[in-house]
Amino acid sequence: MIDSNLNVLIGLAMGLNLLALGTSRLPALIRAMSVQGVILGVMPLLMEHQLDWRVLLVAVATICGKGLLIPGLLRRAMRTVQIDRELEPLIGFVPSLLLGAAGTIAALALTHLLPLLPEHAGSLLVPGALATVLTGFILLIGRTKAISQVCGYLILENGIYLFGLLLIKAMPLLVEAGVLLDLTVGVFILGIIVDRIQRAFDSLDTRKLTALHE
Amino acid sequence: MKSLLLILVPLVAAALALAWPGQRTRPWLLPAAGLIHAVLSLWLFLEPPVVAADAWLGFDPLARAVLPVVSLLFLVSAWYAVSYLRIRAERPNRVFIAALLAVLGLLSAGHQARHLGLLWICTEAVTLAAVPLLHFNGTPRAFEATWKYLLVGGTGIALSLLGSLCLGYASLYGGGDGHLTFVALMGQGAGLSRPWVLIAWVLLLVGYGTKMGLAPMHTWKPEAYGEAPAIVGAILAGGVTSVAFTAILRVRAVVGAAGEGGMADHTLLAIGLFSMLVAALFLLGTRDFKRMLAYSSVEHMGILTLGASLGPAGVAAALFHVWSNGLTKGALFLSAGNLRRAAGSPSMDEVRGMSTLTPWSAAIFVAGMFAVTACPPFGPFFSELKVVRAALETGHGLATGLFLCCLLLAFFGLTRVVFGIVDGRPRRAAKAAGKRFKESAGVILPPLVLLGLSLWLGLCPPRMLADAWAAAVTQLYPTP
Amino acid sequence: MNSILDLILRLDCWLLLAPLLPGIINKVKAWVAGRRGPPVLQLYYDLARLWKKGVVMSTLASPAFVVLPAVTWVAVLGAAMLLPLGPLGAGLSFRGDALLLLYLLALGRFCTAWAAMETGSAFEGMGTVREVSYAVLAEAAMIAAVLSLSVQSGSISLAAMLAPAMGASAALLAAGLFIVLLAENCRVPFDDPATHLELTMIHEVMVLDHSGPPLAVILHGAAMKLLLFTVLLVQAVLPMAHLKPLLAAAVLAGGVLAVTVAVGLVESLLARFAFRRVPLLLTTAFLLCLFALLVAWKGGLP
Repeated sequence: MIDSNLNVLIGLAMGLNLLALGTSRLPALIRAMSVQGVILGVMPLLMEHQLDWRVLLVAVATICGKGLLIPGLLRRAMRTVQIDRELEPLIGFVPSLLLGAAGTIAALALTHLLPLLPEHAGSLLVPGALATVLTGFILLIGRTKAISQVCGYLILENGIYLFGLLLIKAMPLLVEAGVLLDLTVGVFILGIIVDRIQRAFDSLDTRKLTALHE
Repeated sequence: MKSLLLILVPLVAAALALAWPGQRTRPWLLPAAGLIHAVLSLWLFLEPPVVAADAWLGFDPLARAVLPVVSLLFLVSAWYAVSYLRIRAERPNRVFIAALLAVLGLLSAGHQARHLGLLWICTEAVTLAAVPLLHFNGTPRAFEATWKYLLVGGTGIALSLLGSLCLGYASLYGGGDGHLTFVALMGQGAGLSRPWVLIAWVLLLVGYGTKMGLAPMHTWKPEAYGEAPAIVGAILAGGVTSVAFTAILRVRAVVGAAGEGGMADHTLLAIGLFSMLVAALFLLGTRDFKRMLAYSSVEHMGILTLGASLGPAGVAAALFHVWSNGLTKGALFLSAGNLRRAAGSPSMDEVRGMSTLTPWSAAIFVAGMFAVTACPPFGPFFSELKVVRAALETGHGLATGLFLCCLLLAFFGLTRVVFGIVDGRPRRAAKAAGKRFKESAGVILPPLVLLGLSLWLGLCPPRMLADAWAAAVTQLYPTP
Repeated sequence: MNSILDLILRLDCWLLLAPLLPGIINKVKAWVAGRRGPPVLQLYYDLARLWKKGVVMSTLASPAFVVLPAVTWVAVLGAAMLLPLGPLGAGLSFRGDALLLLYLLALGRFCTAWAAMETGSAFEGMGTVREVSYAVLAEAAMIAAVLSLSVQSGSISLAAMLAPAMGASAALLAAGLFIVLLAENCRVPFDDPATHLELTMIHEVMVLDHSGPPLAVILHGAAMKLLLFTVLLVQAVLPMAHLKPLLAAAVLAGGVLAVTVAVGLVESLLARFAFRRVPLLLTTAFLLCLFALLVAWKGGLP
């Protein structure tokens, strides 16, 4: 029963992947990503019968980090920096959607070829992880805006986290290490903001200089 | 204990640098921490400690074979950094110095990490710590380079985490109990699940290969090395890449223990030769002497990877090459930094006649160029000779031919750029800039020392070093 | 004897009820906009009025101009006969009737397109091109939906395919089929049936030169097609094979009404999409149906 609940959540996450690929609006992309983050955070709670503090920590950190904090920062960056809300695709929306769907199907097929432990055999974790990683890649390669690349990176990371859930019982350290990736995302966002602020100052300075000149 | 100090001393110094009030005196923290680090690592090199088999961190033979050269390179670069930061007094250096020290501490941790997860954490942390280093100049171009570095490097590092997880699953599937030290993984050997090991190998090779700068994941390198200060280039090219290389060696050992060593060697050979080829072709086209160094670095990463694919003798040669390449590249980067300062531009279209403007730096640059293109009697000649010998002994005739061709092409490319900027008559604008830049002892001696070390490595490498490399090889290829 | 009576009843049902749907949709739109709107039976009056009028023929057009709308109408009616109505079953049922249904719908479209081009007007040709290019994508989704139904039930007969309740894939299929319904019947956001701006019309362009009884036949056929898709959507999602006939009829009627109201709501809340965004939506429909197929294939979730 727990397993099928988990599978429904993973199915939802995979649906959000396709949503992220198909949308042409930045806020929608960020929303898809943050909902996915929350879903991912809930998963470890469903997997464990008795709640371990480490598992709880991973869940809380994921929900707060991926679900609330990073999307909030991204929205703030979007507002302060006044980025245009339309995404500019290098790979069009329809091709990326089809690629994503093909990737999802391929992931499902590939999973059958891989040896899985009996307790993971019926789970969608592996195909979900592969599909999500692929989605992240398509977004990383196929979107030009810095902020959408950050979203792509985050989705890629979500995929890795999904895979990590397989190992959360046996080797929690590896899964927890994934939080460092969130830090990378934080640096990305910081970069966007710092860059824009710097540019704003630069332009301010030059204007001052010409004013003095005249 | 001493091995822990190797990590802690730079990190404490980094914290100190953040708190240090004086902008002018702060750079002295670099050589101070570097000196302590170098003494410690030399001490550990001479008296290798006994490392417990299941220790997560330890100065094991592989760390002993590589870490001292990183330490040495850092020390000399730190010496150079003092003069460099005095010239660049207009830029705030608090974060830069702290990040540089943090990189040293994390590199030491990464070299000593004997645990799959810990190794990954260290590499990731180094990646993040290097970000302020690349952004030191604060120009839009530097930002672009930093962005590219973080995006490509971050993706690579994410893939290597996925690879680590796959390797973890391989162990779990084979009945492992969740111990992910490399010793435990190698002990599990053929018990590891083959399909998962293969997936893990591909992902880890791509992930850590990105960090090393192997083609086709090398795209961040030219931008990053082109825009970063010279010291950063030297430490990235000599230190950070070596951590990724040892990571690949450690993973290769696990894959070998799982019985897929042949396949791993084939992929290493292919990706190594491809990197060399790509780098050689780009070297023929580049017109920027700092980007040229980046492509040369890609080429040497290819040589390392090629060496790693050739069995025990090849790995020993590759470890030798880590030393000779690191030191020689350091000399090149530092002297290139001088040239760049004096000339005001990194492009050979605008720079000419540096031999009259900055004779010392130009001389070191030319000598370093000859060293790095494997002209005797410098270190790289002997290490590459060993790689060739290992290749011929293992019957890779075709690969050897290709290897030598790439070296020749790289030689053409490098000499074209180097003599283009050294020869001729300097432009008038460059003359004025060159006057402002003084070739003080602080910026000439460090690259000279590195070049001397490279020469020493070629002419009379100490017996101890060869023993250290051999010990590392036995660690990676345990005789059953 | 009984079966003939049944068939006649069925035909009457389809013929008489179909024009109600556009009326309901228009009423919903009017309500949302706060108007009184045209009466629900408006289409009946229109049909009666058109039937009394004469036909204006272009000098270029061949007799096919009049015949083809009739063929379309017959094709759609035939398709409607194939569709089972809950426990009542279909008017005609055999192995592979699902394929015939698809082909009849395609035939209908082909005839409309041909008739549109009979007058040789470049404008109608443009409308045809748009209609057909949407249809290519919508048909892919439709085929995927039919496939998923057939994989789920292990049969290619509509009666069996629509009988069992779809498991987890029902939601996916419902969403996909709803988009297909909107596209096939030229509703917002694909086409605006109320528009008379030349550049934005699709289906309306194709019937611009028709008049009198042929136009009435076309309008009635379009209404029947809408009813057909609505019934198909309701049955693909709601299990009603084991209900009592009267209850099933009530459920079916309720479902059809709900879908119709939903179409009306979509029409009043959304604007027509730009042409370049239409393929994305249709691709989404295709993928929804494809994933429904995948889920059906794996037997629930694997």
